[in-house]
Amino acid sequence: MSKSVIEMPPKGGFSFDLCKRNEMLAKKGVSPPSFRKTGTTIVGLIFQDGVILGADTRATEGPIVCDKNCEKIHYMAPNIYCCGAGTAADTEAVTDMVSSQLQLHRYHTGRESRVVTALTLLKRHLFNYQGYVSAALVLGGVDVTGPHLHTIYPHGSTDTLPFATMGSGSLAAMAVFESKYKEGLTRDEGIKLVTEAICSGIFNDLGSGSNVDICVITKGAKEYLRNHLQPNPRTYTSSKGYSFPKKTEVLLTKITPLKEKVEIIEGGDAMEE
Amino acid sequence: MDLNMNVDAPHSMGTTIIGVTYNGGVVLGADSRTSTGMYVANRASDKITQLTDNVYVCRSGSAADSQIVSDYVRYFLHQHTIQLGQPATVKVAANLIRLLSYSNKNMLQTGLIVGGWDKYEGGKIYGVPLGGTLVEQPFTIGGSGSSYLYGFFDQAWKEGMTKDEAEQLVVKAVSLAIARDGASGGVVRTVIINSEGVTRNFYPGDKLPLWHEELEPQNSLLDILNAPSPEPMNI
Repeated sequence: MSKSVIEMPPKGGFSFDLCKRNEMLAKKGVSPPSFRKTGTTIVGLIFQDGVILGADTRATEGPIVCDKNCEKIHYMAPNIYCCGAGTAADTEAVTDMVSSQLQLHRYHTGRESRVVTALTLLKRHLFNYQGYVSAALVLGGVDVTGPHLHTIYPHGSTDTLPFATMGSGSLAAMAVFESKYKEGLTRDEGIKLVTEAICSGIFNDLGSGSNVDICVITKGAKEYLRNHLQPNPRTYTSSKGYSFPKKTEVLLTKITPLKEKVEIIEGGDAMEE
Repeated sequence: MDLNMNVDAPHSMGTTIIGVTYNGGVVLGADSRTSTGMYVANRASDKITQLTDNVYVCRSGSAADSQIVSDYVRYFLHQHTIQLGQPATVKVAANLIRLLSYSNKNMLQTGLIVGGWDKYEGGKIYGVPLGGTLVEQPFTIGGSGSSYLYGFFDQAWKEGMTKDEAEQLVVKAVSLAIARDGASGGVVRTVIINSEGVTRNFYPGDKLPLWHEELEPQNSLLDILNAPSPEPMNI
């Protein structure tokens, strides 16, 4: 029996071969390396002047909390912010990438970025990777056409909603929104409702915890309230403080100013081929 | 109930979608539920998407796949309209949907109903189910909730209805499917397309007729609990 392998030139696009290999290994019992996820509760709502986004601050690596105060509200444009749930690396990378693309687009067009632009860039990217880029996002912002709030799922589908929640704590937060949301909330009412929804996720979902971050976006202004509420302070801290006796000993200090190593010539000839 | 539900699972629109022609145009109707497994991710989604001024498409199946297909077809139709110099026909829109669905049949999981009005053929409905067939029909149904409507339409459909008759038929049908299909729910949205233009209508859940054994919408379950218990039967 002869095996003939025809070498096909790559047609371009993402090659899913390694994904198939990973599935085969998983079936054989080889567990994939654990990675950092943001267990997360992220929410967004539209109030009378714009959009309020909220997020918890716990990042988990399997059962361990690896970051007690991470930032899940990512900057996209001066008037657009995006909360991210799912694999932390994926949400960071995808929001950074689209944020850069939006900046280039702003230079090209000379205009403020629109939320639908960010939405389309994100959904195209996520659809092309067929859900393997595990980023679930709540995108909110205010542009010339008004306030917008969208949710984007890892497979590339989007929804446009007046209030939205994502992440493992989304059910807890959605319960709060469904009972208390109404149209035309004021800024303070909106912040209070978002804080309640995130707290509901923090206290009832194991994947979410620590503090509440809020971002308020209105026409022409934004306010990033980092750690707006800290309902989980460290209970027992040592009043004596901590002392670390063993330090690295300094044996020798030698400073060489670089001017002594480099010769600086004033003027000189122009470079020629 | 599965407490470990994966909220990042791919979204499918359980769905009931309907397209019906009438004397002078078409009526498209859909429910509004987008589900991720057992969780309703969006209870008020809009499954009737615009392709051009005069052609709309009802989406069912995978939310991501159907959104991407309709985005591409909207883009192609826009170019086509510019090149042609006049509004695109419903047949062209339906064929573009079919070409994408058929060529990518291994990767896509979406059933679509294309409906619209153009000056050559009038109101037309085209069904493009899974696999990428193209079928022109006087009416068509799709989505998981459609299973409950085949018999209903065989009996209730007739040629040459008026606009209001057609819309009432669609609303009644979607509400029947919502009553029986767990994956359909929320509100009923309809879009009427004719020579005069496009009209969007919205029927909230509590305005829909109640069917066999359905309860009145309640503000609180406590109201039902506090209702007086029925008199014991006298033998």
